[in-house]
Amino acid sequence: MIHIDLTDQPIDVPAALRSVEADGAGAINTFIGTVRNKSTGRPVVRLEYEAYDSMALHQLRKVAEQAAEQWPMVEKITVIHRKGILYIGDVAVVVAVSTPHRAESFAACQYIIDTLKQVVTIWKKEFYEDGDVWVAAHP
Amino acid sequence: MNLKIALFGIAREIVGQPVLEVSAPEGQSAQGLLHDLHARYPELARLTSLAVAVNNEYAADDTLLQERDEIALIPPVSGG
Repeated sequence: MIHIDLTDQPIDVPAALRSVEADGAGAINTFIGTVRNKSTGRPVVRLEYEAYDSMALHQLRKVAEQAAEQWPMVEKITVIHRKGILYIGDVAVVVAVSTPHRAESFAACQYIIDTLKQVVTIWKKEFYEDGDVWVAAHP
Repeated sequence: MNLKIALFGIAREIVGQPVLEVSAPEGQSAQGLLHDLHARYPELARLTSLAVAVNNEYAADDTLLQERDEIALIPPVSGG
């Protein structure tokens, strides 16, 4: 029911969506996080995700399990996060949730991406023409 | 006892290596470890946050560290 992955290969988005199909699901909600060309006004050239793999996978699963507990009607959840070097437009993360009705899949999907960003041990470094910065590292 | 600490992201860059071995008194807490590391690497104290993870879980301040634990320093995460 829960599928988690952390990969240095491009994420196959259609396959991720297919992975949450279920006969009992009338709704599939998806969040796709992509690399944008700007951050706080500075042009971004590329970025790099570094992960503490074992903890990231453990925490990703925990977040998905929390969502399944909070919305028990969830049919399936898939979360895939990319690591390594990514360029503008690349897919960094996919969250897909299937439920009987739409309200729960919207809610569970948002919970998962919001919580992922708070607890999962993945770090993003943005590279600009003239330097680089670890995102959120400093106040 | 000797503790092996895995470092990631900006914490790895500040310390200058991916794994740090430190000797610590028996009964060292997560908070005590952070205190010692802040003294050794003042730049760590300038981060938005710095957590200690033990065996893939975030540790509470008073969690006691053991030599066999998998310990990591967790600077502010920024996935997604």
